[in-house]
Order: sequence, then structure tokens, then C-alpha cells
Amino acid sequence: MSELAIQTTELTKKFGDFTAVDRITFDVHKGEIFGFLGANGAGKTTAMKMLTGLLLPSSGRAAVSGKDVFTQAEEIKKRIGYMSQKFSLYDDLTVEENIQFYGGIYGLPDEKLQKEKNEVITSSGLEKVRNKLVRGLPLGWKQKLAFSISILHNPDIVFLDEPTGGVDPVTRRQFWEKIYEAANQGITVFVTTHYMDEAEYCDRVSIMVDGKIEALDSPEGLKESFSADKIEEVFIQLARSGKRGDA
Amino acid sequence: MSSFKGFVEKEFKQIYRDKRTLVVLFGMPIIMLVLFGFAIRNEVTSVEIGILDLSKDDVTRQMIQKLKSSESFEVTAYLENHDDVEGLFRKGSVKEVVVFEPNFQKKLERNAEADIQILTDATDPNLAKLVQLYTSSIIRDYVLDINDNAGNRQAGLVVQTRMMYNPELRSVNLFVPGLIAVILMLVSALMTSISITKEKEMGNMEILLVSPLKPYHIIIGKVLPYLVLSVVNVIAILLLAHFIFKVPFQGSYLLFFAESILFILTALSLGVFISASANNQQTAMMISLAGLLLPTVLLSGFIFPISSMPVPLQYISTLIPARWFLVIVRSIMLKGSDFMLIWKESLILLLMTLVLIGLSMKKFKVRLQ
Amino acid sequence: MRIIRFILRKEFLQIFRNKAMLPILFVMPVVQLLVLSFAATYELKEVDFTLVDMDQSALSRQITGKMQASGYFNLKEKTFDIDQALESMDASRVSMIVYIPHDFGKRMNSGHSAPLQILIDAVDGSRAGLIQSYSLSILKDLNQDHLAEVQMKKEGPRFRQAKSIRIIPQNWYNPDLNYITYMVPGILVVLVSMIGIFLSGMNIVREQEIGTIEQLNVTPIKKYQFMIGKLLPFWIIGMVDLLIGLALARYGFQIPFLGSLALILLVAGIFLIVIQSFGLFISTTTQTQQQAMFLAWFVMVIFILLGGLFTPIESMPVWAQQLTLANPIAYFIKIMRMVLLKGAGWQEIQMMVYSLVGMGALFLFTAINRYKKTTA
Repeated sequence: MSELAIQTTELTKKFGDFTAVDRITFDVHKGEIFGFLGANGAGKTTAMKMLTGLLLPSSGRAAVSGKDVFTQAEEIKKRIGYMSQKFSLYDDLTVEENIQFYGGIYGLPDEKLQKEKNEVITSSGLEKVRNKLVRGLPLGWKQKLAFSISILHNPDIVFLDEPTGGVDPVTRRQFWEKIYEAANQGITVFVTTHYMDEAEYCDRVSIMVDGKIEALDSPEGLKESFSADKIEEVFIQLARSGKRGDA
Repeated sequence: MSSFKGFVEKEFKQIYRDKRTLVVLFGMPIIMLVLFGFAIRNEVTSVEIGILDLSKDDVTRQMIQKLKSSESFEVTAYLENHDDVEGLFRKGSVKEVVVFEPNFQKKLERNAEADIQILTDATDPNLAKLVQLYTSSIIRDYVLDINDNAGNRQAGLVVQTRMMYNPELRSVNLFVPGLIAVILMLVSALMTSISITKEKEMGNMEILLVSPLKPYHIIIGKVLPYLVLSVVNVIAILLLAHFIFKVPFQGSYLLFFAESILFILTALSLGVFISASANNQQTAMMISLAGLLLPTVLLSGFIFPISSMPVPLQYISTLIPARWFLVIVRSIMLKGSDFMLIWKESLILLLMTLVLIGLSMKKFKVRLQ
Repeated sequence: MRIIRFILRKEFLQIFRNKAMLPILFVMPVVQLLVLSFAATYELKEVDFTLVDMDQSALSRQITGKMQASGYFNLKEKTFDIDQALESMDASRVSMIVYIPHDFGKRMNSGHSAPLQILIDAVDGSRAGLIQSYSLSILKDLNQDHLAEVQMKKEGPRFRQAKSIRIIPQNWYNPDLNYITYMVPGILVVLVSMIGIFLSGMNIVREQEIGTIEQLNVTPIKKYQFMIGKLLPFWIIGMVDLLIGLALARYGFQIPFLGSLALILLVAGIFLIVIQSFGLFISTTTQTQQQAMFLAWFVMVIFILLGGLFTPIESMPVWAQQLTLANPIAYFIKIMRMVLLKGAGWQEIQMMVYSLVGMGALFLFTAINRYKKTTA
């Protein structure tokens, strides 16, 4: 058995009476691409925020890259990358300046920062716009840049919260190529998405309904146990049983 | 029209939901009024002064007694020689030192003349001047007294002064109208400019513009809630002024409200203009805050009389809407003026409003094309 | 240190990328300092008045002559109808009415008491007080001269000279009673504070509104690094503004710099930290830029109006004077005036500096504490 990148036991988050995440227990192996599915409002983003140390869990246990989310949140932050749902680069800075800034924050040494910067720009095809403000870039380019920046410091795990929302199919495909590339370098990928075809690209997929994890298996395994042709069917079956959200 | 109604409703709801801003919007003007109504004073009372009495005789003792019993002064230091003055002034512990020359009484009796030096710390020239005037008048009264006792019957000029409109010279009566102007100006201009630039920044403006709403619908919808809020603020301030500060209200309430609404509209259109010129919230806020606060306070006549300013500044001050509104409010509240006495100021405010609206319309159009 | 450098770079890039910001940060304060310093004066000049002279005697003419010659009063209109005069005052055309009754001259010359009325528009109470003091002192002088004259005539050589006390005024530090000298340091303080508190007050909440704060919160950046990175750019901007302002004060307004410039800069450095930590604190307690700015504005108005800039702190009621103990702007204005205009040194200002240091530490600590990378 490989080492665990993420390990949670009965992880729960309550906001007052409302239980956003309800005792979820799962493991993510090192180097795998883990799909985290669920309808809107199922609790995906809340769960992800707990794992990235942005939100303190109410109860349960979780370790990310071997560090406890309750006591070692800042340690975790050194070892992870994160790309949030909301576009989160500075749109009044240029492509280069954004890379420079985040690289610096993660403490990359100057030489390495220069090298990485050029690499990111070339590999994302941003040479022509490197000195342009991010504000003016098409969304797909911005997302590719955001992803590259989130793995700039070579983290153990990268968390992607709906990274391809609103992006055209061609760019989405390119985006997933980058995800694979990262996974090949040994980075564990934890990704939420609404595109079911993307779920098929994952090594394993979990599906959240009303704050609980209702299914967790490889795409093939899921299809088999729900006797479905596509993950989409599995998802719709499960999501229909949910009481909250709009799916 | 129904889409317009819906939009206005949305604006009201958004403001109403933002409880913190509401608290600030209503609470702060009230706190400000209370604070300043009680705290800002121009009157000079209990100024700490020092005495350097080089004579120490009956006359100087009597005069010191006179100074001590004056409400304007509090004698907190008795000096022994001239060199101590510097230290006291530097620390700022006294504002004035009254120096009686040696052999004061003897000189006064022998030569009928003696000297008093009034040393003031004139870093604050206004305070220095007032303190000096007060001291001189106490000394003068004393001189009249002793001459009277000596048989020189006082006759001649008797000046009767009457303070019109504000007989007790209360600062509150002066500052309340000023505060109304400052609060309305800043609240209205600031809130609208931020609210509109925020829509622009968040990209909602485009959504609104492709909707069936006309651009002026959007502007009116944005401005209307703040107009209502500002009017409520005016009422609150007025009630406070009346019941807590007992500021007299001589004129017509109707006229007052009409003029207030006119001024609020001026301020709101200034806000719209700022947001038409600024590309993001940050710029809009810096202009409406850092750019408006001091000029509104200083150039409107709120604290410093416009007639005291150098002539070029008096011209510049005509550009400040609050200046005109201040004249209007003071006239209505304290003098009971009717519209005939303030139509000029009202007309100026109206013109300012129209110019600002015209300019912003032009700016908005340019942007949309 | 390296991380702070990166944050600094980013903040500066963002501030200066916004083209509208540069003039707001550096031109607007200078213009305001130049213009507003002239506005802040209580100097009494050219008070327009209406004369109602029912007497028309040599003496009444002497009175109006003296008043005009003083330079403080300007005879705007003459009338014999007091109602008309009052109307002028209602319309704010004049601020004073001098009413001389018709047997005024006769009574004066015969040694009787002769009443004379002065009506002052007291809507502006402080100005009215000045008008009163000035007009009274002119009239009293005139009266004294006249009395002596009359008595001399009446009693001839038997006249015994009345006693008099000569008042010798001496204004220290500002012999010409120049208002600008007094106001420039204060206005400069207020301008620098406004820039500081507004910029820092908007800053964090802006990142929150845009959403970039979340991205920063998942980085291993330390809270203190973040805060220093946020504070320093505005501190530098504030210091630059202050230096420009001081240069203007020294060479433009010719204000004496009696005290040590180094001391002023030291205090300024501390003061800016106080103000900006306070701004950052506001930024961490609010959810939108609108809220933050409104709060900052409110605090600023209180600080300014209770800061002793326009109205002397000594004139405030005791409780309000005690409030100024928590007002950093009041301290800095006072220190500026003491050091620049009176040449005060460390000895005289140290207590205030300690208070500022205390406030700075408190605000900074609270701001760092309020900023949470992990929410509960």
C-alpha cells in the first residue's frame, strides 16, 4: 500500500445548526488524481477549505501530507497548492508579476524563481502576454496560469476547486494534460468538478450528497456497482436523493 | 417601469441587509452631532495662566484676585523671575504670563502710571489674541474702578451691545447647521460614488446596461435609497438639535426640508460624477473622502469665517456646495429667513446639481460607446 | 525578510499601476496644504456694517471714522431707518449695526452718560465675540480721550490726572500672530493621516472582496509578514508625503523650524504606524470596502475635529479633553507645533511619544490578531 496524502476520519463542519460536512472519512493516496464530486451546496468547498487549513473543522480528524489540520495548519500550507473557485490572481498585476509574487511568498530562491517563471510562461503558452495585465487575459489562460502558479513551489498535494468552470472544451483538455503532468511528477491532485467527463479522468472519485460521502471508488468501480454506463448517471442517481442543493 | 421598480427594490434591500453600513449611516451622524455639539467650543474658558508679580503689593494682589475670579482664567503658576517663562511656555502648561513691574503700586500712586506686561504663547494666534483681549479688559475695568473711587465719576460713552439671533453666543448654534451640511455632503457623495463604482468593478454594470433599464434609471435607482436615508438623517439631526441642544428653529420646517433635499441632490450628483470619473472603488473613495473632507470643513465657513479668508480663497469657496447650504441652514434656523432671503443660494445649489448631472451623463455616455 | 520584500513589491506595483492614484497620493495633499492653510484663520477683517446715525454730530462722525480707520470695519451702508438696517442683517449683507441716538453728541459733551448701540450678527458666535471685543476697545479708547478732554475743559488747571496702567503685550513664538504658521503643521498632520488610514483601511478588505485573500491564506506566509508587508508601503508613502509637506512648510510658507527635524521624523514614523495599524484593524473587522471606508471616515472626522486643529483643546469640556488622550492625531499635531514653533525637545514631548508608542503597539497587535488565516 502506498503512503497516504490525505487521511480523514469523521471530519465534520457545523455552522450553527447546519451541518455542512457530516462525518466524512476517506483517504487519498500519494500521486493519485482524486475527484471530489457533489451537487452545488453538497459541502465540497467546505471540506476542501478544512483540508487546506482555511477553515477549522468542528470535529473528527484529518491529516494532510502527514500533518494535522487542527494543530499544524501552517505546516500544511507549506506543502500544498490551492486554486480556488473564485479567480484568485491579482488582475492588476502582469503575468510575470503574479508568478514572481507567489513564487516569492513560497520562498523560492531567486535563481529557481527565474527558471520556474520562464518555464511556466513557456509551458502555458503565455510568452506574448507575459508583460500584460492578467485582467485582459481570456478566462482559460488565466486558469492555466493560476494552476501553474499553484504548483510553482512543487507541493505534495494540489487542491483544485472547480478549476475548469466556464472554460472551453479545448482549453479544458489542455488543462487536464497539465494535471496529468503534475501527477506524473508525483504531485497528488485533489480536484472538484461539475464536468462528469472530467471525473472519468480521475484515478478515484468520491461523490458527496448532503455533506456525506455516498460513494468512493475508481470510475470503473462506481459504474459497475451502480450498473451505469457513465459517471454522470451515477451522479444523478445519488444527487437526486439529496435534499439540499439545486441538482 | 416595472423593471425599474424591481431595480429600486433591489437597491433598498441591499442597503437594508448590510446592517453594519446601516448602523454607521445612522449611528455615526448622531454620535458626531452629540460629540461635537458638546465638545467643540470656541469660547475661551479656564485658560491656564501664570503670574509673575515682581512687586507683591496691595494693588497687584487685588488685580491678581480679579484675574482669578474671572471665568476665562485659571491661575496655575506663580513665577519668581523672567527666566521661568520660557520653560512653562515650552511645556505648554500656561498660555499667558501676566507680569507686574517692580514697585507697581508706588509708581501708580506717584506717577499715575504703571506697566503690566502680557506675555502670550502665540503659537495659537487666535487663543493668544483672545486671552490678551480678555486680560486687557479686566485691567481696564480695574483702572476705571480705582479712578471712580478717587472721585472721577464715570460718564460718557456707554456701549450697549446686542447679539442678534444667538444672544448667548452658543457655539452649538453655530456648529449644528455646519454639521448637518458636512454630514449630508459626505454621506451622500461617498455612499453613491462607492455604490456605483462597486457595480462597475464587480462587472454588474454591464448586466444592468444590457437589461431594459435606461442608464438614467440605473442612476436614479442607485441614488434614490440614499436620498431617503439622507432625509431620515436630516430628521434625526433636527430632532437632536431641538431636544438635546435646544438650538432654536426660527424659520419654516417646510422650507428647511425642501432646501435639504436640494442640497442632498447636489451631494448625490457629486457622488455620481465622482463615480463616472473613477474607474474603481479605491479611487472613488479616495476622491470623495480625502478630497472632500477637509475642503468641506474648511472652505464652507463651518469653522472658519469665510470673510476672514484671503480673497482668492473666498472665490474658491464658492465652488463648495456646503458653503451655500450652510448660509441657507443658518438663515432658516437662527434668523427665520424666508425664501426671498435665500433664493440666491438655492439657485446656486440647483445650478451646481444640474451641471454635475450633465457632466456625469456625458462621461457615462463616452464610456458606454 | 525576503517574503516581506515580495509583498512590498506587489503592493507598490498595485498602488502605482492605478494611474488615478498617483495624483491622489502626492498632488492632492500638496494642493490642499497650499490652499487650505490660508483658509484656516479667525483673523477679523473688513466687517461690513450699517450705520444708523441719528445724531449727525462731529462726535458721531469721529466714531465712524475711527472704526473705519481701524481696518477691521467697513462702512457698507448708511440709513436712518433701523428696520432697514435689520433687514440688511437678516439678508447677511452686514454683520454689524451701529446705532447712534440723536442727542448722543450733546450728552457726551455735557458729561452725561451717552448710550450707543451695537447690534452684532451672532450666528457665528466666535466671530461675533471678536467683533464685540474690537469695537468695544475702539469705542472705549475714544471715550477715554474724550472724557479727559471734557474734564480738562471743565476743571482747567485743577484737573488731576487719572491713573492709568499701560499694557505692554508681547506675543512669543509668533509675534505677528500669523495664523498660517500655526495651521500648516496641523493640516499637514491631518492630510498625512487621511492618506494613511484610508489606504490601509481599504487594503485587506479589498483583497477579501476580490477573493485573493484566500489564495494568500493557503500560503505559508506568516501573519506578521503579511501585516508588515501591508503596512510598510503606506508608511513609506506617508513619510514621503510628510517630507514634501515639511519642505513646503519650511521653504514655501517660511515656517520656523526651531526644534529638531530628526525628532519630528522619529515621531512621524511612530505616528504613521499608529494610524495605519488602526486602518488595518478597521480593514480586518469589516466585510466590504464601503464599510471600511465609512468607518475610517467616521473615526477620522472625530480625530480631526477633536484634535485641536481648529478649535483649541483647552476650550473643550473636561470629558472631551480626556477623550483626546486616546487621539493620536491630537498628540502629533501638538508635538509638531511644540517642536517646530517653540523648539521643544525630547524632554517636553516624551510622555506623548510614549503614549503614541503604546497605541501603535496596541493597534498593531490587535490588527495582527484579528487577521485570521484559518477561520473557525
